[in-house]
Amino acid sequence: MNNQDFPLIFERSKEGRVSFNLPDIDVPVVDLEAELTETYVRQEAPELPEVSELDIIRHYTGLSNRNYGVDSGFYPLGSCTMKYNPKINEDVARLNGFSHVHPYQDPKTVQGALEMMFDLQESLKEITGMAGVSLQSAAGAHGEWTGLMMIRAFHEANGDYHRTKVIVPDSAHGTNPASATVAGFEAVTVKSNENGLVDLEDLKRVVGDDVAALMLTNPNTLGLFETEILEMAEIVHGAGGKLYYDGANLNAIMGYARPGDMGFDVVHLNLHKTFTGPHGGGGPGSGPVGVSAELEPYLPKPLIVKQDDFYTFEYDRPQSIGRVKPYYGNFGINLRAYTYIRTMGAEGLKKVSEYAVLNANYMMRKLEKAYDLPYSQHCKHEFVLSGRRQKKLGVRTLDIAKRLLDFSYHPPTIYFPLNVEEALMVEPTETESKETLDGFIDTMLQIAEEAENNPEIVQEAPHHTVVKRMDETTAARKPILRYYKD
Amino acid sequence: MDFRYLPMTETDKQEMLDTIGVSSTDELFSDIPEKVRLKEVLNLKAPKSEADLKKELVQMANKNYNLMEYTSFLGAGVYDHFIPSVVDHVISRSEFYTAYTPYQPEISQGELQAIFEFQTMISELTGMPVANSSMYDGGTSLAEAVNLSAAQTRKKKILVSKAVHPESQAVIETYGKGPNLEIVYIDHINGRTDLNQLAHELDEKTASVVMQYPNFFGQIEPLAEVRNILDQQSKAMFIVSSNPLSLGYLTPPGKFGADIVVGDTQVFGIPAQFGGPHCGYFATTEKLMRKIPGRLVGQTTDEYGLRGFVLTLQAREQHIRRDKATSNICSNQALNALASSVAMSSIGKHGLKKMSELNMQKARYAKKKFEDAGFEVISTGSFFNEFVVKLPVTVKEANDMLLEKGFIGGYDLATYYPELEGHMLVAVTEIRTKEEIDAFVKELGDIHE
Repeated sequence: MNNQDFPLIFERSKEGRVSFNLPDIDVPVVDLEAELTETYVRQEAPELPEVSELDIIRHYTGLSNRNYGVDSGFYPLGSCTMKYNPKINEDVARLNGFSHVHPYQDPKTVQGALEMMFDLQESLKEITGMAGVSLQSAAGAHGEWTGLMMIRAFHEANGDYHRTKVIVPDSAHGTNPASATVAGFEAVTVKSNENGLVDLEDLKRVVGDDVAALMLTNPNTLGLFETEILEMAEIVHGAGGKLYYDGANLNAIMGYARPGDMGFDVVHLNLHKTFTGPHGGGGPGSGPVGVSAELEPYLPKPLIVKQDDFYTFEYDRPQSIGRVKPYYGNFGINLRAYTYIRTMGAEGLKKVSEYAVLNANYMMRKLEKAYDLPYSQHCKHEFVLSGRRQKKLGVRTLDIAKRLLDFSYHPPTIYFPLNVEEALMVEPTETESKETLDGFIDTMLQIAEEAENNPEIVQEAPHHTVVKRMDETTAARKPILRYYKD
Repeated sequence: MDFRYLPMTETDKQEMLDTIGVSSTDELFSDIPEKVRLKEVLNLKAPKSEADLKKELVQMANKNYNLMEYTSFLGAGVYDHFIPSVVDHVISRSEFYTAYTPYQPEISQGELQAIFEFQTMISELTGMPVANSSMYDGGTSLAEAVNLSAAQTRKKKILVSKAVHPESQAVIETYGKGPNLEIVYIDHINGRTDLNQLAHELDEKTASVVMQYPNFFGQIEPLAEVRNILDQQSKAMFIVSSNPLSLGYLTPPGKFGADIVVGDTQVFGIPAQFGGPHCGYFATTEKLMRKIPGRLVGQTTDEYGLRGFVLTLQAREQHIRRDKATSNICSNQALNALASSVAMSSIGKHGLKKMSELNMQKARYAKKKFEDAGFEVISTGSFFNEFVVKLPVTVKEANDMLLEKGFIGGYDLATYYPELEGHMLVAVTEIRTKEEIDAFVKELGDIHE
């Protein structure tokens, strides 16, 4: 327990300290101030810290000790697939031939990098069942928007300018409706039925000739497979719309089913979820986009192509939506995903989904005794509990999450999806052992018991973290977004 | 084959199946309709052992000519700067790189504080009061700035200098199709934005003016003059994309009344890695604080009064506001923002000015060497660490020759500016030595003769 403020790097600063040795100037010096004139010469130096190298290491090591990653412990954060991040991936990404390569080098000098990208494009096509893949999108939401822009370009190429709506289920990730808006569409909600699946009658009601696409995750955010996916595809396609697959939940079905075979026209993947690119405290991610043959001409450019035995860029794509990002995507994250796919192969990836689903179902059956389970069918890689039973005892889902911190667990995703009251969304992933799952289950059962017999201990949690619950209201009302030296 | 990331044993599996009440894992997948169930095995390369795979990937990496072994004068938005060793040691702490977005502040104070420090550094560099926690990269950050300006002013016309990075221009176009923006390009004259044309195009329909400082050709655009034009004619917003290293020496865009300043912190501690991941930054005014895209970290206190940090003003964001959010961005570049924070802390207050100056001095030396060797250097004003040299051959021909001598030559401007055939954009950073510059100019001089 630490009961004092952890200093900011600026508060460690002392005039005159350095931790960076610039090379000596070895060229004749010109008078820059005269050349630039006063208008363009900075008058006040930016207040960056002045610290020694050891200060930096102590500072950031101290900060890392106040942080929690998958390597620290179990992270059953639903919808985020917080699986183990293999160390070989990190080593490979740091090889000079991958990390110190410039995007504008001549293709003949970067054949290894292009080969990796080409091979990854091909692998992702196979895994998703799509005809073409672009690696350019930087993250999941970026991939969603990229996909919607392609759907928009497709409709416009057909002279179809009146498709202004994108349908999203009420259980969808927030990025789905937000991406629809950024792409210039209006987001329309379709309801879920009593089984937690898209209500086909409601879908028929909202679909029409003004609909550009339906965005869907399958399995959905409740961890349930949309069993009527083919019927949904027929309804949407029948009305001239396209089907968009949010790949956030692909970890459940690799090798078992492919979005392309379910009738999806566009797919994005989260390489930082399913394919072990680390989350990095919020990024960088990578969100490649796959499309059906019909939409292939609209992929962002350039694509990576193989001509005889030479890998190069293909820019001549007249129907392409253009660039969604400078250069070629988050290469370093794509490389980690590639390393993972090559480690696992087809057999390994199928086992990944098998164990992801086994683990989730095991935990769900163990926990349904103490927590409400709104949808009781087998789940896929994640499941959603409701804390409404505990809420009646005065213990909210937020309290349960905070209490888990005392046992050194990262809590599940809470209050999402929106269509479950007091939701707790648990995704164990396949990389956790049975002992880890059992430990977490025991803790969750203990907390449920505490909620009945000793609610204060849950309501006042956490008790053992470096800070207690934060005053978020004041943070938002009187925002302090940077440090100022007094 | 055994998989080292999959810990379940057959015994574990059997116990778990018994608990669930099914006889096989296949039963758990019975909800997938028969028609869409995959019958074949995925056609992927066979899995490899760690040793075999590493060997193969090292060989693949070795096929790439890298900046550690070749002497590079290539920039054009991605630069070869020295990366202090501390950077990789910090970002290799797995409490940082294996963490999720810090939505649980009690166990994420490390990440939250690091981002708060990053926001402070970006605010200092740009001269803007508010900076967010990062964007994907400089190009998408610029495109988000443009879309924000259109939403804020409720206008559609955007004036974009052709001296803005051409790939950022392309990204602005793609992003602009969402809200149907009208992008009007302002030409450059010898590598500087044509301010007469800018003044001519600027009108009451204009949402924003987009400049790059230093621009794509390395030149320092006269932002004071642009400010004047804006003040006299319009209420359009002023968006500046800026290389943050240059701001160690140059007057920050905030001083010229910029409304939004964006750019990429790749110059601080992030390797080129074939174009990504890098790290966009986004800085703006107090007025636009609640319209900013992406995550913001704010300072607050806990129940005991201890200082701490949280993600704040989340009502702007997609997970709360959904279709009404200011942007769809969710994942950002947190780990790279951390890398840049460490690099900026290492370079420090005075080091930054020196580093910026060193880039400028070396670039001026190189420019003079080119001029002395009889080359025409295209420049109408002051520049940062890049300039344009006219060659008697195509840049590709020159670069092929340079490669044989161990150099990665400059950027071929004809790629995006057909009128600039045979014009090379040369970048000179602090790590290029006098000997390397001399040898580079000499090799190109040999073609010249």
